[in-house]
Amino acid sequence: MSQLFSKANMEALTNPLNLNNPVVVQVLGICSALAVTAQLEPAIVMGLSVTIITAFSNLIISLIRNSIPNRIRIIVQLVVVAALVTIVSQVLKAFAYDVSVQLSVYVGLIITNCILMGRLEAFAMMNKPWPSFLDGIGNGIGYAIILVIVGFFRELLGAGTLFGCQVIPQWCYDHGYVNNGMMTMPAMSLIIVGIVIWAHRAYNKDLQ
Amino acid sequence: MEHLISLFVRSIFVDNMIFAFFLGMCSYLAVSKSVKTALGLGVAVTFVLLITVPVDYLLQVHVLGPDCLVEGVDLSFLSFILFIAVIAAIVQLVEMIVERFSPSLYNALGIFLPLIAVNCAIMGASLFMQQRITMPDTNSQAITSIWDALAYALGSGIGWLLAITCLAAIREKMAYTDVPRPLQGLGITFITVGLMAMAFMCFSGLNL
Repeated sequence: MSQLFSKANMEALTNPLNLNNPVVVQVLGICSALAVTAQLEPAIVMGLSVTIITAFSNLIISLIRNSIPNRIRIIVQLVVVAALVTIVSQVLKAFAYDVSVQLSVYVGLIITNCILMGRLEAFAMMNKPWPSFLDGIGNGIGYAIILVIVGFFRELLGAGTLFGCQVIPQWCYDHGYVNNGMMTMPAMSLIIVGIVIWAHRAYNKDLQ
Repeated sequence: MEHLISLFVRSIFVDNMIFAFFLGMCSYLAVSKSVKTALGLGVAVTFVLLITVPVDYLLQVHVLGPDCLVEGVDLSFLSFILFIAVIAAIVQLVEMIVERFSPSLYNALGIFLPLIAVNCAIMGASLFMQQRITMPDTNSQAITSIWDALAYALGSGIGWLLAITCLAAIREKMAYTDVPRPLQGLGITFITVGLMAMAFMCFSGLNL
């Protein structure tokens, strides 16, 4: 048991959460991080789907890493990822249809999410299955955290709601507070991610 | 004809791959340091789009759609795997052609040429095309024939090319400005793209 959660393994899990975050430090998987964050609920569903897919694709590729010919490894990786994404997309359609409509093409685009290919190439191809699995979960959660932060601000400031429930009380509106419609537009998500990166780098001085 | 032109203009300005859907963000941010390579990558992406979207359109209409191969069978859940296979194959082909006929461009693009396979813009265009097939004829976004698919692919590619060239030009100039340390590099790039996206938002009022 102690070997399962050794120091090196825990580092694979916790490093991507902050210092090696896939979105704000490695700049991977930006496309979906920006597009699905207009509300909190799709952001969380997307973060969860990516975490599951990263973890299991890392596990599968790591299990078969010694039998993949080097020349066709990209195709093998793409097929494994595409199969997993197809499963997740079908599950979403069956159990959370509204969210899957909101996410539209971005579920399918998890296939081309650079975090997946990046982790498969950089970690799963040369590590044992268990650390690869933890690394996948860590990177997925690191991605999800950024989605939740951006989604939180965009939904709160853009619509005054969280998870679709009204949070900003009516008397604020009576005294002249207005929702910032700009926040629900795609352009603002770029600027919010820019500000998150700014804050993250100002806090972690050695990343500058 | 009118529909083709409006679809073409729409996909350049209104449904711009970068500013409206954030597709292909990873290579967009990574390759936009100099105008020359940005232009080369933009042309390569446009070229790959021009081949993959019509091929995927034919696949969707004649193989994957409901009742196409076998009566009563809808194979569209296989679209992710099939589309990514087509894209990977065509990117491989383009890579060989470019290497044979223009070694200088091949060297300039380097690793980003094979990475077009996992560029979200390519996969995204195919998935949007799949969504738009079911739209009614009267909708200006509908794709009902192979010519529509071609116009959409060309428009999306040119829109992407335009976006990456603009950003590269701005970043070349920005190298001489005094940006706060934590905001340097990635942070300021995100905010620039956000402002460009805001400027592009005014095209959404176009009545096409």
